[in-house]
Amino acid sequence: MTPAARENRSAGRPWLVVLTVALVATVLASIRFGAIDFTLHDMWSSTVAVLRGGTPATLDGRIFTELRLPRAVLCMFVGASLGVGGTLMQALFRNPIVEPGRGGTSSGAALGASLYFVLGAALHIDQTVWSLPAAACAGGILSTWLVFGLARNGADGRASIVMLLLTGLAVNALCLSGIGFLSYIARDPQARSIVFWNLGTLSGANWRAVEFVGAVTSLGTLAAMRYAKQLNALMIGEDEATYLGVNVGRLKFIVLAINVAIVAVATAFTGVIGFVGLIVPHILRMLGGADNRFLILASALMGGTLLSLADVVARVALRPAELPIGIVTSVVGVPVFLSLLRRRRYIF
Amino acid sequence: MIAVEGVTYRVAGRDLLADVSADFAPGLLHLIIGANGAGKSTLVKVASRLLRPHRGRVSYGGVDVASATEVSLARHRAVLSQAIELAFPLAVRDVVMMGRYPHFHTHPGPDDHAIVDDAMRYFDVGDLATRDYPTLSGGEKQRVNFARVLAQVWRPSPAGTRVLFLDEPLTFLDVGHQLDFMKKIRTFAAQDDVIVIGVVHDLNLAARFADRLLLLHHGAVLAAGARADVLTAAHVRTAFGVGFVTAVAPGIDGTHLIFD
Repeated sequence: MTPAARENRSAGRPWLVVLTVALVATVLASIRFGAIDFTLHDMWSSTVAVLRGGTPATLDGRIFTELRLPRAVLCMFVGASLGVGGTLMQALFRNPIVEPGRGGTSSGAALGASLYFVLGAALHIDQTVWSLPAAACAGGILSTWLVFGLARNGADGRASIVMLLLTGLAVNALCLSGIGFLSYIARDPQARSIVFWNLGTLSGANWRAVEFVGAVTSLGTLAAMRYAKQLNALMIGEDEATYLGVNVGRLKFIVLAINVAIVAVATAFTGVIGFVGLIVPHILRMLGGADNRFLILASALMGGTLLSLADVVARVALRPAELPIGIVTSVVGVPVFLSLLRRRRYIF
Repeated sequence: MIAVEGVTYRVAGRDLLADVSADFAPGLLHLIIGANGAGKSTLVKVASRLLRPHRGRVSYGGVDVASATEVSLARHRAVLSQAIELAFPLAVRDVVMMGRYPHFHTHPGPDDHAIVDDAMRYFDVGDLATRDYPTLSGGEKQRVNFARVLAQVWRPSPAGTRVLFLDEPLTFLDVGHQLDFMKKIRTFAAQDDVIVIGVVHDLNLAARFADRLLLLHHGAVLAAGARADVLTAAHVRTAFGVGFVTAVAPGIDGTHLIFD
């Protein structure tokens, strides 16, 4: 084999190292900078105090361990979820403009959250830390289930990609009008909650959320990596993938299930964060190629990095006030994305 | 031996294949001919188990393929379909390597690399290895896919007789590459653990290269067997609505059909 062929095949590997370093550096920066900046000494002593089973002595120390640290770690996992979800959905739909929530997941989650904001107060439902995530997660899973139920062909039970995209579009529109209606009838504070949630926020982070989102994201990413080769085969078409030994119906079901799990759970704790899931797979394909065996892990790393970066900006730009993170991801993400697209080398 | 027995396949109430039976023996190049809409591609899809027939059965070496898993079939059965386009940019060599996917778990072994290199050299696309597949011309893409499907069944398989289906492989190829491809496929098909079944539009190429011909007409078998038994004036008139005269050109094996 030619040296060039060898080189091409391992193009992704150095990038995994670079991405890992970038992720660690960004998460460290996201821990350090915010409404207040911590010194390295503060960070170290608070961490040591917690590891010894105690609580930090100072208020700053407690802010660090109970607010800043869980927020930074949650942000990393949510970003990873969105990145992996974007890669999975684009690979499955064989379409570069698909976002992870395209199957109805994120708009359904937003509708679930809005219902909770409006009805939860009216019906005096017990408000625990889990109520909102549970409502959002249920909404996301239900609407995705609705999309796939409606997209199925009555004769052979198969759901074509075009049917899925169009049905997803329709269900998204339905959910958005539901959210609009709820915002319209809601009282002022509830309406504001709905708006904030739809722009995404990490301010509700806590360690329980970190554990839950972290577990789902990690397991989902590992599970998805097992199907990377089959997703590659899907690039040349569904029939061709079948000829290459892929059970395409089963692959679709599994990959969609993984995507719904990671995206619904991530969205449930943070609200709707746009653009990360769309942009991450594109940047990575330009850097290291379209092989899913590279893309899935790399998109977890880069998703975590980009969202952590966005969160730092969200906290620092107007401090001590905070921007909704979804605004940052769009404002920064769109120009970067457009300029990358305009490069000639990337063809689809 | 591949046996198609009494196969009926219908879409929206219309029989695309109606009670089709055919046998395909190893060591031979079988070519399916017929007019547009005669059911050639559908027969390839049913015989390769992409589509499940509504009636009848398809068996490889006496074993019904209905219950085989996708991956076990893919280890000894490859299919070239028409006009492969990629959803995302991928290097040519990575596309050819897909042919080895059924044979390795996550990453290819040395054998897979060697086979891919051999297959690419065989179809003269070695120089394209690092090119992005979407930037290739139609004919180059077609040759890359030849390398891909042949890499899938390059070596004898413990899973059974190797089967290669070709659905209109000559599309996009110039006359030089058409002949080159047909010669290579005839050589490949001459191995006694290989069955090659192809769909070809050009009756002259079919007549020249096929060991066995299968003529489909309105979803049913009109004639099957050696060229002389299939390409009769009556059959061609029925299937294509044209007549022909034959001409023998010196230096070329087989006769040439000239249509009126």
